Amino acid sequence: MAQILTPVTRRLTSRAPGAGPLAGLDPRTRIIVAVAHALVVISLEHLVTLLAALALAILLLLSARLPLASIRRRLAGMAGFMLMLLITLPLSIPGTPILELGPLAASAEGLRQALEILLKAATIALTLLVLVGSLDAVTLGHALARLRLPTRLVQLLLFTVRYIDVIGQEYARLRSAMRARCFRPGNDRQTYRSLGYLVGMLLVRSLERSERILAAMRCRGFQGQFHRLDGLALGPGDVLFALLAALALTALIALDP
Amino acid sequence: MAHLIALHEVRFAYPGQAPVLREASLTLAAGERIALTGANGSGKSTLLHLIVGLLTPQAGTIMAFGAPRRREADFHEVRRRAGLVFQDPDDQLFCPTVAEDIAFGPLNLGKSRAEALDLVDHTLDRLQLRHLRDRVTHQLSGGEKRLVSLATVLAMSPDVLLLDEPSNGLDESTRDRLIRILNALPQALILVSHDAHFRRKVTSHQYRMQDGTLGVLQTHCAHAGATD
Repeated sequence: MAQILTPVTRRLTSRAPGAGPLAGLDPRTRIIVAVAHALVVISLEHLVTLLAALALAILLLLSARLPLASIRRRLAGMAGFMLMLLITLPLSIPGTPILELGPLAASAEGLRQALEILLKAATIALTLLVLVGSLDAVTLGHALARLRLPTRLVQLLLFTVRYIDVIGQEYARLRSAMRARCFRPGNDRQTYRSLGYLVGMLLVRSLERSERILAAMRCRGFQGQFHRLDGLALGPGDVLFALLAALALTALIALDP
Repeated sequence: MAHLIALHEVRFAYPGQAPVLREASLTLAAGERIALTGANGSGKSTLLHLIVGLLTPQAGTIMAFGAPRRREADFHEVRRRAGLVFQDPDDQLFCPTVAEDIAFGPLNLGKSRAEALDLVDHTLDRLQLRHLRDRVTHQLSGGEKRLVSLATVLAMSPDVLLLDEPSNGLDESTRDRLIRILNALPQALILVSHDAHFRRKVTSHQYRMQDGTLGVLQTHCAHAGATD
């Protein structure tokens, strides 16, 4: 729901409890390391260094002791897209043919490029899931605010987290009210018109709700300024992890000729 | 001049519709607790929204805390001193956690972080809701949401409470708890409710809204009086 993986924490202070040496990391450290990691991995060119980066990501995953099933499910979502790349890139990029199927020729260069993209995507996705995916959205929002991201973006994220459920429930209520009056979706005008009404009604209700929320906020003295209330704090573990990450990323860049 | 709030011949119509309030007049004195009832759409919530300046009347005057209130800036003080509790707690509770939501008002009033957190704990203790402090607001039950949205307003220490159907959708024990909480509060209040028993338990005067004006209501809930 609100978080991508199982929630690590629900508390305001967001020192994630739970197992693994990564659990105590400040969310800000997680975000910065994940972003730096993504930038470094994208710039790598050699398959060997990419494999090393992937190995590091797997090591990180194992040390975080997260539920593997949910990680696998997330990665599986990416796999279909990757498979398509793996098939189309060798065929579409000219170069030394390694396989000929009638008029089509698969090139070694294309295959190499597809592998490169596959490795980069898997490494970055894995690291992102381990470091940031295990934060709940509220904590993520607080951390982004502390990292000086534009307030509007952060508030957009937090309001979405807060109200997606409310709107979801509204949708569910409307849908069951429709079902109660024997609505069965089919491929006909009645279905499309009714679903159109449903979506339209949801938009109208969400707009009205947003106006009521703003009114309630103004009643409590809101004048456009948000005040944060979190207890994020960097600890020695964060410094250690950031140093290790910097070391690993520098090593990757150095190994990549 | 002893009136906290006085509406005089207020007229209000939503755009393109017949007026909901024609010549509505109402006064609230210090310590007074009044109830409004009336048919759906008779303008009860509208009246509360007019008092705190979320809506602007087309005619008539609104006096609050000893001064006439006309412009948006006039109402900033009114909103601090008259706490409106919305009908749907989901409209009121917009912060991720209960503590943040209760701190929202005090922080807007310029309180420091530490003061705001003190107020959060103090308010929650007063309503015996301490256990909800770090809960995520959208995961609270309906009754919990209602009590927390009352807490978000009480944390701003208003002089007047404006309650819009607070007993809606509450089970009996939560409703009784809300009655006990409200009766222990010192504030004057205006209560909008369809629940005769609840009105009788919490307020001393009752008004009915009809045809855009307010009239005194003869009370019927004998049962509430008997158990008092």
